[in-house]
Amino acid sequence: MNKAYQRVYTKLEGITKATVSLRAKGVSNDELAVVDGRLAQVVRTKGDMVTLQIFSGTEGIPTNAEVAFLGEPPTLKVSEQLSGRFFDAYGHPIDGGPEVEGEERQIGGPSVNPYKRRQPSQLIPTGIAGIDLNNTLVSGQKIPFFADPDQPYNQVMADVAIRADVDKIILGGMGLSNDDYLYFRGRFEAAGALDKIICFINTTENPPVERLLVPDMALTAAEYFAVDKNEKVLVLLTDMTLYADALSIVSNRMDQIPSKDSMPGSLYSDLAKIYEKAVQLPTEGSITIIAVTTLNDGDITHAIPDNTGYITEGQLFLRADSDTGKVIIDPFRSLSRLKQLVQGKKTREDHSQVMNASVRLYADAQNAKTKLENGFDLSDYDHRCLAYAKDYARELLAIDVNISIIEMLDTAWKLFAKYFSPAETGIKQALIDKYWVK
Amino acid sequence: MKTKGIVTGIVSNLVTVKVDGPVAENEICYIDLQGVKMMAEVIKVNGDSASVQVFESTRGLRGGDSVEFEGRMLEVTLGPGLLSSVYDGLQNNLATMTEVFLQRGEYTDPLDHGKKWDFQPIAHPGDTVVAADWLGEVKEGWLPHKIMVPFSFKGSFTIKSIVPAGEYTIDDCIAVLVNEDKEEVKVTMTQRWPVKVAVKGYREKPRPNRIMETGVRVIDTMNPIAEGGTGFIPGPFGCGKTVLQHAIAKQGDADVIVMAACGERANEVVEIFTEFPELIDPHTGRHLMERTTIICNTSNMPVAAREASVYTAMTICEYYRAMGLKCLLLADSTSRWAQALREMSNRMEELPGADAFPVDLSAIISNFYARAGMVVLNNGQTGAVTFIGTVSPAGGNLKEPVTESTKKAARCFYALEQNRADQKRYPAVGPLESYSKYLDYPEIRSFLEETVEKEWVEKVLTAKNLIRRGKEAAEQINILGDDGVPMSYHVNFWKSELVDFVILQQDAFDAIDALCPMERQRFMLDLVLSICEKDYDFEDFEKCREFFKNLINELRQMNYSAYESEQFWAYNETVKKMIA
Repeated sequence: MNKAYQRVYTKLEGITKATVSLRAKGVSNDELAVVDGRLAQVVRTKGDMVTLQIFSGTEGIPTNAEVAFLGEPPTLKVSEQLSGRFFDAYGHPIDGGPEVEGEERQIGGPSVNPYKRRQPSQLIPTGIAGIDLNNTLVSGQKIPFFADPDQPYNQVMADVAIRADVDKIILGGMGLSNDDYLYFRGRFEAAGALDKIICFINTTENPPVERLLVPDMALTAAEYFAVDKNEKVLVLLTDMTLYADALSIVSNRMDQIPSKDSMPGSLYSDLAKIYEKAVQLPTEGSITIIAVTTLNDGDITHAIPDNTGYITEGQLFLRADSDTGKVIIDPFRSLSRLKQLVQGKKTREDHSQVMNASVRLYADAQNAKTKLENGFDLSDYDHRCLAYAKDYARELLAIDVNISIIEMLDTAWKLFAKYFSPAETGIKQALIDKYWVK
Repeated sequence: MKTKGIVTGIVSNLVTVKVDGPVAENEICYIDLQGVKMMAEVIKVNGDSASVQVFESTRGLRGGDSVEFEGRMLEVTLGPGLLSSVYDGLQNNLATMTEVFLQRGEYTDPLDHGKKWDFQPIAHPGDTVVAADWLGEVKEGWLPHKIMVPFSFKGSFTIKSIVPAGEYTIDDCIAVLVNEDKEEVKVTMTQRWPVKVAVKGYREKPRPNRIMETGVRVIDTMNPIAEGGTGFIPGPFGCGKTVLQHAIAKQGDADVIVMAACGERANEVVEIFTEFPELIDPHTGRHLMERTTIICNTSNMPVAAREASVYTAMTICEYYRAMGLKCLLLADSTSRWAQALREMSNRMEELPGADAFPVDLSAIISNFYARAGMVVLNNGQTGAVTFIGTVSPAGGNLKEPVTESTKKAARCFYALEQNRADQKRYPAVGPLESYSKYLDYPEIRSFLEETVEKEWVEKVLTAKNLIRRGKEAAEQINILGDDGVPMSYHVNFWKSELVDFVILQQDAFDAIDALCPMERQRFMLDLVLSICEKDYDFEDFEKCREFFKNLINELRQMNYSAYESEQFWAYNETVKKMIA
């Protein structure tokens, strides 16, 4: 990292767990520096007092540490050589391969002019009916999984990534356990998808503040492929809760006044800057973001999932279903805000009616269950609903389902005919005439 | 001589500047970042040190960079051509920007200087005029766009000359005025105005005296908003805030709609760009986009400009109001604006109020809501700005500072409820918590009596009471079980469900049900109340449920049928027979 012109200082005036401050002149905002061999970024200047955020933490940094300013914000070299490679949060290879050659771009760059966007309209099939049938994904969408830490969200995400019909898959791992990192790597290798995968990984073994670089690195690479190469890019970010935790560490060390749940007041803007990189460009290029936000015991009122919900275009909830013993995509709390852009337009005409009817009947089953628990008698309809719910959860909602959308619709019709009369489904007569299984 | 300064401190987009001369609060300055001029606004002055919020990313800015102050506040350009435009929070025209990515320091002109407008004079040489008086008009789409004496002109003027009817650009001089000191001033079709200052130039601001139809039953019937009134829609994410706001934008009975997308999703704005040019205004039959201006500062655009965006939108509304037009301002979401204030206050290390919001949040919000209203212009005509803001309460909890402050300022409250949304009872406006204070206004009551029907307000209150009684009955049934309560509890519960399903719920995606004119709302409420007036008795609660379920189904089919169509009357007949 030697530059022709470097300013070097050797006297720190203050040190916290995440930041150091010193007197220095001519320092630019957001520029990088190396403090005692560790990468740092300028976060505040006041007169000639400069505060630096040290990505790997300040343990062992002495007040006489050498500080060299690099004159530039963090960058990533972009080119086709990124494909199939694994990097750390700084964009350095961790797969033993050579450094990438290419154009050096600043990460965390400007936003797309909203007027230049196009309305998302391309379906992303995943084979999982809880997603494709009930919460269809669209390219250019941003959507998180809301899941408790014990749920298999990384597996589902790997499934989605491997099955999605996209040109590039970019994984941004934040606080990923080493086992999960190896799991992703193994899955991508086994699927033969390595040539279209790019990973930026911060594992739990790495310092937490380094995570702050990961989404910007991943999205800078994504923008290169989507904007410059007109490719369909899928970005996976796991786990955004750990990213937000890192934000709160830094803001706390800078003595900022915390807002709700000790998160920085700028949390909404910080998260929006990442998620809003999802875009359908006027060309064929697009960036779709699927993220994971882990919850504490299903609490979605916490500042992280709450702010996320206001930013993203829906959310996917994972839930363990006690009837079938399977993990399902919860049809009530999950939502894809863009689904109506493709349902019935890019899929079969009966899609949205079938989806609504199947979810409504599933809701009736939940009511029947409540009645049962409260000791009331069940009607014949209630019994049929309960039996339907079991089949519906196993054959459609479970995350281990992998079928085409046509098969999903046909399965739903089969279940309707098995348990209900056409009138009980409330589906339009014209569709009943055409699709009812006799 | 412009005041100059140099950058002395940077925290994110808050920059401190050492100045060499006078600066004003809210004055605009440009910071020079290696040739790129970035706009910023003064928010605090302390000795010779000014704190400015930069409307762009401050990446790469250094201590010692130069700053030039403009001697004016943040202004918008007003003139023909504002409608159908798409602006950012600082009124840059997003459509004329060339790059895919927003470039720092790229400021585009809000109006087209080359376009010729067909000007018709209204005033005559020799007339005495003051600020906001009408000099002439051009046709902007189908709207008469008045060319006015600029709002900033002080004192009275005599018209020396005015151009004859003909085609002019916005920069051509269309009139010469002479002030009290015999100095001549030229007037063009365009003027500038500081966004944070309310436009005056009207005779008086009376209490609103008529309602603004939205075609949404839960608003017009249950909690009507006045023309020139204020309202707000709080609700957790996923409760249908955006759908409701878009419905109001599409159907609201207003001449001009300004939508401020303030810190929200870019794809929602794209939906407006994509759909509005195709949609038809139900009141005029013209394309919706022709009466719409979009101010778009999405969540990933610079935070400081988010605050500016709502003021920019309001100023544009006030400009059209001064032409005697009915304007509707929709801001989604005012919470994001409050959060922008919080971020700034935080960086300035001010002592925080509740939830780390600035202590003057409540005052800022009520000042802003106060800019709405109906006005009587100098020439006796009226104009109105109706304002509806959405609020995104953290965790869906309405006991948070933005909701509470807004509740003090706005007269209508449309509370979106999670459990209604979960049951797909859309629009998920809670019938008991929501209110419209306009129903208490004698002016509004008599307006409703005259234009809708006699004793209308009493009927509305009766409907609300049915809901309340139904809710109480439902609670008892839940505790005691279906068999544990008298039949009247079931009847009361189902009467409230009838009001809920037929009046409160409305399908925003159905071509017919989405828009329900006032006359039709009157018919349906009368019908529903005539059903609920009757006493019913059933053998058991299953029969009661079945009876009302069938009734609700027929009435919903009525909502889906064209008003007064054959089908509509057929369903009406069936209903009549069922209750006979």
